[in-house]
Amino acid sequence: MADSNVLLRVENLCKEFPVDSGFIAKHSKNARSVHAVNNVSFDIKAGETFGLVGESGCGKSTTGRCIMRLIEPTSGKVIFEGNDVASMNAKELKAMRRDMQFVFQDPYASLNPRMTIGEIVSEPMVIHNTVPDKDERIEIVRTLLDTVGLNPEHINRYPHEFSGGQRQRIGIARAFALRPKLIICDEPVSALDVSIQAQVLNLLSDLQKEFGTAYLFIAHDLSVVQHISDRVAVMYLGNMMEYSDWKTLYAEPCHPYTQSLLSAVPIPDPDIQASRNRIILRGDPPSPIDPPSGCPFHTRCPIAQAKCSQDKPELREVLPGHFCACHFAEPNPIKESSIEL
Amino acid sequence: MKEASGNNFEVAEATEEARTGSSSTRPSRTLWGDAWQRLKRNKLAIISAVWIILMIIVALTADLWAKPLLGSPTEIDSATMAQNSRLPPSPEHPFGTDTLGRDVLCRVIYGARISLSVGVLATAISTVLGLIAGALAAYNGGWWDTIIMRTADVFLAFPYTLFVIAMLAVIGPGIQNVFIAIGILGWPSIARVFRSAILSVKENDYVDAARAMGASNFRIITRHIFPNSVASIVVYATMNIGGAILTESALSFLGMGVVPPDPSWGIMIQDGQTYLATEPWLMIMPGIAILTTVLAFTLLGDGLRDALDVKMKDA
Repeated sequence: MADSNVLLRVENLCKEFPVDSGFIAKHSKNARSVHAVNNVSFDIKAGETFGLVGESGCGKSTTGRCIMRLIEPTSGKVIFEGNDVASMNAKELKAMRRDMQFVFQDPYASLNPRMTIGEIVSEPMVIHNTVPDKDERIEIVRTLLDTVGLNPEHINRYPHEFSGGQRQRIGIARAFALRPKLIICDEPVSALDVSIQAQVLNLLSDLQKEFGTAYLFIAHDLSVVQHISDRVAVMYLGNMMEYSDWKTLYAEPCHPYTQSLLSAVPIPDPDIQASRNRIILRGDPPSPIDPPSGCPFHTRCPIAQAKCSQDKPELREVLPGHFCACHFAEPNPIKESSIEL
Repeated sequence: MKEASGNNFEVAEATEEARTGSSSTRPSRTLWGDAWQRLKRNKLAIISAVWIILMIIVALTADLWAKPLLGSPTEIDSATMAQNSRLPPSPEHPFGTDTLGRDVLCRVIYGARISLSVGVLATAISTVLGLIAGALAAYNGGWWDTIIMRTADVFLAFPYTLFVIAMLAVIGPGIQNVFIAIGILGWPSIARVFRSAILSVKENDYVDAARAMGASNFRIITRHIFPNSVASIVVYATMNIGGAILTESALSFLGMGVVPPDPSWGIMIQDGQTYLATEPWLMIMPGIAILTTVLAFTLLGDGLRDALDVKMKDA
């Protein structure tokens, strides 16, 4: 993948959290750990939107935070514009953070309640001293607020005076203050009402058109990801299962997990919704402390065979640009006959 | 982004929520302003605050009017001492007089100077020490946390009053030493409160957001963590002032604090206890002073806690 267009490349990223606390437990030989992210690799091109989906606890947020080094990765490389983020010192990290910003899930927790909107949005510019002049900075903040659809007159208000959707707009304005090349959006709309979700998604796509920013868009809602992403990756239990451009992935999922996920997306037409066959997975995702041997999905997979519990399938290119980690990868691998109703 | 705007959600561009969500005529309110609005509605807290301010004014201006009107709180006039001894309350001496013929009201007023300054200064010392210790423990974690908090546990394991008495026995009695002893020994509880406040604030996304922006540790502490955890310290320190006043009174009562003839509420109670059956005002008047002052600080602290609680914003 020697594509000069690649902005961010993640290689074999792993993150383990120790389960046992305390000096003795941490240093014992059989210390247990949560394998939150397991050998995840992908790349993001400049200006594109890369969707990362998966159910709760599959490690998608941890992946996002490791890329930003808000959490130290256990191993692996995060290469941003040719430099390895994981081995940067404090100074290089600060310089990198000018070009990579974060939008948080919870718009109520991500804004400091003791700062005005103006202070919040201008803080990145103060930290990196990009705009030393205060009046000029205020002017930029007002423009930014207008761009994200807020009234610039509200610059001196405090976050608690705004609604959830407005707060998320403030968070987005803050992320765009330095014109970064990549913004990691960690479920930016899942805390919002559906109508507000649509507005915020539209805002994000408008801003992308204007500034050419790339997004790593983390979500658990497939319909949200579908509407914003160029390419989509599916994670399960800390592992990358499949990734491809969204059209192929939605039309011809090659991994049984992706296929069952897609079959769970409600269709806003009662007749179609009633008549289609949903693939219902049995059981819960296994514990990431003690992941299953072989393919992490074999315990719930309707087409699992003996091989799946022994050999772990590697992510391989099954079709051009379409990567899948399954021994039996083919378009729509779960056939009608294998669905037990 | 994929295929132009055709793929945007089919919603009317309902940005009215964003643009006109709140009318721009309402003046912007700060969190402290909001807290003041809520505090104003709490009658007990306001009465307490007024009482405290009144006490401070009375104590500060005592030289101007109390001395000429009621006589010196310390000097003994040997000529009139015998006939003025232990007079009951009267218009001339509203709180009566003590054994040595000094006006009790005047001594209570001058006693307020000592009690209030002990309360405020000792609390200031404990707060500064506690803030530093708590911040180091919570922000650095690991060994810092273990060493500082276990030291605090050791301090808290001793009975507080006994510890202060032991310290005064080493450094000697006197008002400055009372400040120092109460102040230094008060840090562990403040450190604990501040540490837990920081730990809960540190988990907030806006701290991560600041880190993601590339903010320095100093900036994160001073701009993000401190302003959001200071409320609990304000509340705790206010209540702590009452506690320090009480400790000072206890020490003076035991003869370890203020040295006679300086008036202190504790000393006055000690002087008056002999006459509880016959001349009770000698003990009751300074007792009421201690009670009302400590109660006022506690109720004000209570009111501040309710007022600063962001979750009660709409109450």
